[in-house]
Amino acid sequence: MALVRPGSGNQPPKLRWGELEEDDGEDLDFLLPPRQVIGPDEDGIKRVIEYKFNEDGNKVKITTITRVRRLAQARLSKRAVERRSWPKFGDAVHEDVGARLTMVSTEEIFLERPRAPGSKAEEPKAGGDPLSQLTKGGAALKLCRTCGKKGDHWTSHCPYKDLAPPTEGFIDKPPTTEAVPGTPSTGKYVPPVQRGGGDRVGSDMRRRNDENSVRVTNLSEDTREPDLLELFRPFGAVSRVYVALDKNTSVSRGFGFVNFVNREDAQRAINKLNGDIRTDGVGFPLDRSLQNLPDLLCMARQAICCTRSLPWSVAHRPYTEVSPCKRRV
Amino acid sequence: MRPILMKGHERPLTFLKYNRDGDLLFSCAKDHNPTVWFADNGERLGTYRGHNGAVWCCDVSRDSARLITGSADQTAKLWNVQSGQQLFTFNFDSPARAVDFSVGDKLAVITTDPFMDVTSAIHVKRIAGDPEDQIGESALILKGPQGRINRAVWGPLNRTIISAGEDAVIRIWDSETGKLLKENDPEVGHKKTITSLAKSVDGSHFLTGSLDKSAKLWDTRTLTLIKTYVTERPVNAVAMSPLCDHVVLGGGQDASTVTTTDHRSGKFEAKFYDKILQEEIGGVKGHFGPINALAFNPDGKSFSSGGEDGYVRLHHFDSDYFHIKI
Repeated sequence: MALVRPGSGNQPPKLRWGELEEDDGEDLDFLLPPRQVIGPDEDGIKRVIEYKFNEDGNKVKITTITRVRRLAQARLSKRAVERRSWPKFGDAVHEDVGARLTMVSTEEIFLERPRAPGSKAEEPKAGGDPLSQLTKGGAALKLCRTCGKKGDHWTSHCPYKDLAPPTEGFIDKPPTTEAVPGTPSTGKYVPPVQRGGGDRVGSDMRRRNDENSVRVTNLSEDTREPDLLELFRPFGAVSRVYVALDKNTSVSRGFGFVNFVNREDAQRAINKLNGDIRTDGVGFPLDRSLQNLPDLLCMARQAICCTRSLPWSVAHRPYTEVSPCKRRV
Repeated sequence: MRPILMKGHERPLTFLKYNRDGDLLFSCAKDHNPTVWFADNGERLGTYRGHNGAVWCCDVSRDSARLITGSADQTAKLWNVQSGQQLFTFNFDSPARAVDFSVGDKLAVITTDPFMDVTSAIHVKRIAGDPEDQIGESALILKGPQGRINRAVWGPLNRTIISAGEDAVIRIWDSETGKLLKENDPEVGHKKTITSLAKSVDGSHFLTGSLDKSAKLWDTRTLTLIKTYVTERPVNAVAMSPLCDHVVLGGGQDASTVTTTDHRSGKFEAKFYDKILQEEIGGVKGHFGPINALAFNPDGKSFSSGGEDGYVRLHHFDSDYFHIKI
């Protein structure tokens, strides 16, 4: 039953509650405030505010917020506009509008400028899969061959490119790009387990000679086994020394291993020599106070440290420390 | 920017081409059905059914009325763009690889692969205005390159044909006599298969991409090397922006890195380089497989990439793309 009487003219009909029926709700729309459209603002957000009566007869305000996003300005030529209205053909004939063939990506993709991997927001994988470091996608993996500094500049832009190139053989990439604390010198390595003075398992470690090996890094080019032997003998019986040499040029790759017979000797050697400065007259003393290790690397060419990402090694290996290696060399 | 993902193909993409007006995007894939999409929102318009093999390449006439496609089923077909109907089929003795309409759309160049005892060849066909009059005879057949010819395009004013392929040599042929006019200098040229070729808008220079992980920019008339762009991956597709001085390279995965890459998906990217400075500007990630096809919209404001994953990704640039400075 319609409330609006035809011909009633300009006056809105007076409503009498007695005449209202339950299901005449839709005719009461004139009671509601008008529909409001707050048009797309600069973010493309459009608000539509409507009022209606819900089932209980209560006035309900419905606000619809949509984001109108223009992906592109399409200025089409006349023919292009015609083409827009072409019928679908081929496999597209039975397609409805809701077909999921075409969808806007949910993530925002940017033209990523090439940046050094270290400066990226993603967390540097400490140890983990060392090889994944090599293939960090996207940003160019800039490894300067002259100073070994990763990710900062290309070899051709190295500030130290006038120096003769370093020893042949592969230069390992440092596992993480955190600023490395500088304890330069004939570096020796302490695994994190040891560093805290920590509780280490394994009384069997004492016995096994393999576990008494000490890794020494940051050696000069002409360091050889006798030198290491001489250096470590005061601490105890040494069963084996080894200096890593480059196959082609026979220069030291800067690191080596010393195996003690007794674990305690190894430990003492570590305590004594870790962080110690040695020169063999060729290089120059590395100032322990210098914090800026990477620059140091460039300058002390002979003392280039090869911190290899050993698969078995633990993360957070500080630059130069002494340690018993847990592995037979 | 928010790329639009179009998944109409079930097999890897092989080629992408925009029409002259920039409102239609044609995609070819190994799944036998070239597809046409609207270039603004990625909505699919239709597919061209009829081929029996992977479709390697396509080209569209300037008025967007005719489409020519080259396919591994040893045919090249002419289609009516609007209706999807086949107009004519050119038959060959070996898979057809690259197709290109000449300026004016009266001629088309179609290359065929070496197959059994047939060597690779470049065919020039006349395209009749009325498809009824179309004949299948070649006006000219050029032979000579060893190995597959991956791309062949018309040079300026249709006087020359430029071809590049597996033997890594770029050749310029006279289109009337069929004589070989020039070959590029092997010292500076590519060292491995040339996979792709893109002409500049005015035709004065063109870009070739090769599996030797580089792309090179050449002068069309003299075939001198102008620029080289180096990447870490074999280059499968190249494109030049018609608006800015950028080139885009899309590539594959080096076989040696297959087992050691991490498994982040969507990490294959199209790399943007400054055309003049040869430096990398950035990359647009997103593909789940090597990128096989790249195309720029003629207005320069969007580009699309097609990958081994079967997706076509259509990117409309944000306004800051146009203000990139190195």
